[in-house]
Amino acid sequence: MKVKVLQNILDANDQIANRNRQVLDKAGVLAINIMSSPGAGKTSLILQTIARLKDKVRIAVVEGDIASTIDADRIGKEEISVVQINTGGACHLDANMVSNALDSLSLEDIDLLLIENVGNLVCPAEFKTGAHKQMMLLSIPEGDDKPYKYPLMFTESEVIILNKIDLLPLLDFDINAFRQAVTGLNPRVKIFPVSCKTGEGIEEWISWLESELRGR
Amino acid sequence: MHELSVTQGMLDIALDKAREAQASRITAINLVIGEMTSIVDDCVQFYFDFLSKDSIASEAKLSFTRIPMQVRCRHCGFSFSPDKSVWSCPQCGKWDVEIVAGQEFYIDSIEVE
Repeated sequence: MKVKVLQNILDANDQIANRNRQVLDKAGVLAINIMSSPGAGKTSLILQTIARLKDKVRIAVVEGDIASTIDADRIGKEEISVVQINTGGACHLDANMVSNALDSLSLEDIDLLLIENVGNLVCPAEFKTGAHKQMMLLSIPEGDDKPYKYPLMFTESEVIILNKIDLLPLLDFDINAFRQAVTGLNPRVKIFPVSCKTGEGIEEWISWLESELRGR
Repeated sequence: MHELSVTQGMLDIALDKAREAQASRITAINLVIGEMTSIVDDCVQFYFDFLSKDSIASEAKLSFTRIPMQVRCRHCGFSFSPDKSVWSCPQCGKWDVEIVAGQEFYIDSIEVE
């Protein structure tokens, strides 16, 4: 006998993600899921964001890594609430891990929650966390053809930070070809070319973030 | 990588549905998996064999219907499967597409006794 199911396999994760969203909304927190390959600059971007906004906005960070507390330690130096999730092998954060992290934060005292996902251009895009916004970083050394190779990540992201633009003179990265590839698939995406090292372009990212915070 | 947890999720859904149908055995689970998901059929089968061992789903046959990636041109409505790095519409030439297939990941049906 055939029993029709038609149920998404990630339903359980989606349900927890929806609960996370409700918890965040109740506390008035804007949560952003930040994804990228390892080394593209997620932590650096978070540190730049903290430096420019911490006097105006109450920020907390959730750090996701397979192992170590290196990133959480760097954030902790800025006197920002930070929770380190060590996935012990899982290659992405899922809603359940984020739910546990939310339990250890005083959400009432937070305006902006930055969730740094595990460095991975594949899996994080498939697992909802409950964050309001999905964004990713791509760094110049990774190459301009990545949207074709990892389409899900590039279509799921509302914002793409193109980091390490200070290296453009040294590498063959075609920014126009990259923009065409991404906007062809995701026309509403916002691309911010930046250098977390020199600070170039960061102001535009901060302006966008501030307008998103005001809009809540 | 994460095929273990998604296979567990898939097994839980199948066992739930079988319970609802008051079945004593699951003989098949029919999965629909889009090309864009990062799920590998062999890994799912491997973990399934292990996880289902002492349940009514043990030795159920898994079938995988793969859905290729399909996009639709937002200008002229033409649907096509993009080839490598060419995502411009072969009909009107514009670069503005939306993904309409290839992201599926669900259990279509199970077969029970």
